[in-house]
Amino acid sequence: METLTELLVFWQAQAGKLGEQTLQHIGLTAASLLLAVVLGVPLGLLLTRRPRWAPAILGVAGALQTVPSIALLGFLIPLLGIGPKPAIFALFLYSLLPIIRNTLTGVQGVSPAVVEAARGLGLTDGQILRRVELPLALPVLFAGIRTATVINVGVATLAAYVAAGGLGEFIFGGIALNNPAMILAGALPAAGLALAFDAALAGLQRLSTRRLVQVGAALLVLLPLLGGLYLLPRATGKLLAGFSPEFVGRADGLPGLKSAYHLRRLPSVVLAPALVYEAARHQDVDLIDGYSTDGRIRAYDLRVLRDDRRVFPPYYAAPVVRPAVLAAYPELAPVLAQLAGQISDSVMTNLNYRADYLHQEPRAIAEAFLRRRGLWRAARPLAPGAPVVRLGSKIFAEQYILLEMYAALIRGNTGLAVETKTGLGGTTICFEALRTGAIDMYPEYTGTGLQVLLQPSPAVLDSLGGRPPAVLQYVRQQFRRRYGLEWLAPLGFNNTYALLMRQRQARQLGIVSISQLSTYLSK
Amino acid sequence: MTDSVVPAIRAAHLHKRYGSHAVVRDVSFVLPAGETLVLLGPSGCGKTTLLKMLNRLVEPDEGTIDINGEDVRRQQPEQLRRGIGYVIQQVGLLPHYTVAENIAVVPRLLGHPPVAIADRTAALLTRLHLPPARYAGQYPHQLSGGQQQRVGLARALAANPPIILMDEPFGALDPITRASIRREFRELEELRQKTVVLVTHDVTEAFELADRILLLDAGQVQQLGTPRELLLRPANDFVRRFFAAERLALQLRTFTLADVQPFLPAFTLDEQPGFSAETSVQEVLEQLTTNGVVNHFPFDLAQLMAAFGQALQGEEAAWKR
Repeated sequence: METLTELLVFWQAQAGKLGEQTLQHIGLTAASLLLAVVLGVPLGLLLTRRPRWAPAILGVAGALQTVPSIALLGFLIPLLGIGPKPAIFALFLYSLLPIIRNTLTGVQGVSPAVVEAARGLGLTDGQILRRVELPLALPVLFAGIRTATVINVGVATLAAYVAAGGLGEFIFGGIALNNPAMILAGALPAAGLALAFDAALAGLQRLSTRRLVQVGAALLVLLPLLGGLYLLPRATGKLLAGFSPEFVGRADGLPGLKSAYHLRRLPSVVLAPALVYEAARHQDVDLIDGYSTDGRIRAYDLRVLRDDRRVFPPYYAAPVVRPAVLAAYPELAPVLAQLAGQISDSVMTNLNYRADYLHQEPRAIAEAFLRRRGLWRAARPLAPGAPVVRLGSKIFAEQYILLEMYAALIRGNTGLAVETKTGLGGTTICFEALRTGAIDMYPEYTGTGLQVLLQPSPAVLDSLGGRPPAVLQYVRQQFRRRYGLEWLAPLGFNNTYALLMRQRQARQLGIVSISQLSTYLSK
Repeated sequence: MTDSVVPAIRAAHLHKRYGSHAVVRDVSFVLPAGETLVLLGPSGCGKTTLLKMLNRLVEPDEGTIDINGEDVRRQQPEQLRRGIGYVIQQVGLLPHYTVAENIAVVPRLLGHPPVAIADRTAALLTRLHLPPARYAGQYPHQLSGGQQQRVGLARALAANPPIILMDEPFGALDPITRASIRREFRELEELRQKTVVLVTHDVTEAFELADRILLLDAGQVQQLGTPRELLLRPANDFVRRFFAAERLALQLRTFTLADVQPFLPAFTLDEQPGFSAETSVQEVLEQLTTNGVVNHFPFDLAQLMAAFGQALQGEEAAWKR
């Protein structure tokens, strides 16, 4: 009930965006379908004349169908960049199989007697195809188009990962923010679209062959028009931004930034977090969101714009621990404290660079770091039945590296066994695992603890004012009180949101801080 | 004089093999315009392949076909087919076209004016006992098998082609419908003037419709001649055996009043409306054995059968000499 209210409020607030995304979604579906029909139907017809090729071509189309959509988009981005091109192309590939196969099946289903009679009457091959085989194959062909349409409406949500828009923007924003209302805000219209298209095409399938011929012709006119929805003029500006769904939705992300710096005339696209850096590197977009310690900042020669009005809250990393473990093994706390204050922003960026770009093992990176700092000890032999400390991490390189550092320290300095759980998805999963005792510790960020887990009122946020010590103190106090969990001393670096530009472009435009960016955009 | 008349169809030394299997072996025949030739033989004897060679649905490996004096290979297959009517066993009406549209296919291909096409369609439907008001707008699936076959025939006749090819046109019909449609075909004035090549494996049908029969076995011509010739003077054992089972019935169909007249008491045909010298003994027999029908023949059943026996003996003796 509460979710429903939130959903309606969300829709009301984002009505313009919802309309735009729905049109984009229809546009993506229609454009890809048009391509698939224009290529798939002739290909299917060719196979009716060359049945020997059918297994090979249908096999390839079928294999394409089995490639996971995210992986397919991943393959296409180096070839087609980001934006509608890879999205439409991927959807097109997914639609090919049902359309080719049903064209072939439909034509093969035409009675041989009818074809022989038509040939005997003096119809040419082309006339037989156009006047006899194709019209009679239409009901089956339409069934294929229907299948392809429903698949496409579903898969088109993933277009939001490659900056192609569509209803996936809400869905992935909602997933990133753990906001069910926002997920539903995109998922319900998408499901509605799929059902509506399915029902409409099911209705068409029941029409007589003669009507189907007219409808088919009408569709060939209609699809480009629907596909054209995508080309509706959109805001343009001097710079184009590409943001991850989470950044767009978070109060301390884009909305906070816009109001604090009066950012105007900044058109933006939404794309997968994993792709924003690539997009900036390939100059598909000029401005992206990122994390201030990301290794790719160094790898791709990006510049972190200074947050001179301190909009992004502090995200200092610190281990969050179950106090019961600290009490049970008193030797643990001093060992964990060895890393406190040891890692600066640039050090962490470097470590991440080794993982993200040089593809070194997190364990090796951790060991090299500890050796440099003189903290490395070889693992102690374990007594049989030694107690186990379970360490968790979210799924990205920085967390893996920190996890390996803590694991090495515990192994080298205590008689405790270590078990690592690195596959714990996002914030909520890690936090729940810690709370229920599935893990004993994981590295968390003060800002995340504040914004995602505690979610205090705006008044409280205001009073904290983004000052790092105040935030740490508030988080530490609230976690103790509400969850009985302990924040240890921070590691030293602040992995907060950052606005990034390519060094070269930033230098040319003379932009160092976000205020300067705002001035540049308003000029 | 006769040499100067161009035959409707002249086939010479046709061969066709599929892989190692010879389907048609050295078949030749000449068909004068207006005649009906029946290609007869057991299943797999090559008669359908032979028929399809005539409109180039099958291309012969060797041999030539001239239609109206012109080699078919020198014509576009589609153009050739539009000038030849074609009727098949499964009918093959276009299911998404109405009856009228099905009939209009070839005239439209040939670019006939729409008004002429409509008139022609209506006329054909009327002649084939399918009132246009009721049937023109119907779709094939709404018709019975017999009605569909009549539409198939109308479609073949629509552009008034001089030659009609028919591949077992009554094969898919039940015996009663089959007999009645066959009678309609035979009585259809349109069809009588045409050169017809008809494929069948049904001996009775062949005798009923053929001017001449081409009897095939294993792709080879066994005998080409009138029904009477095949029956009374079989060229070989195969021909004799092929007709053995229905010999008497076929003889009754083949002999006419003119044949038996010399052996009967004198009579004139004027008193019997519907009968002529061409009427078969079979039909007279049916008349005499039907109860309640008034006869004016001055002979009875026994006398007719005796005369038939004498005529038959005379014929056979004549052939032997």
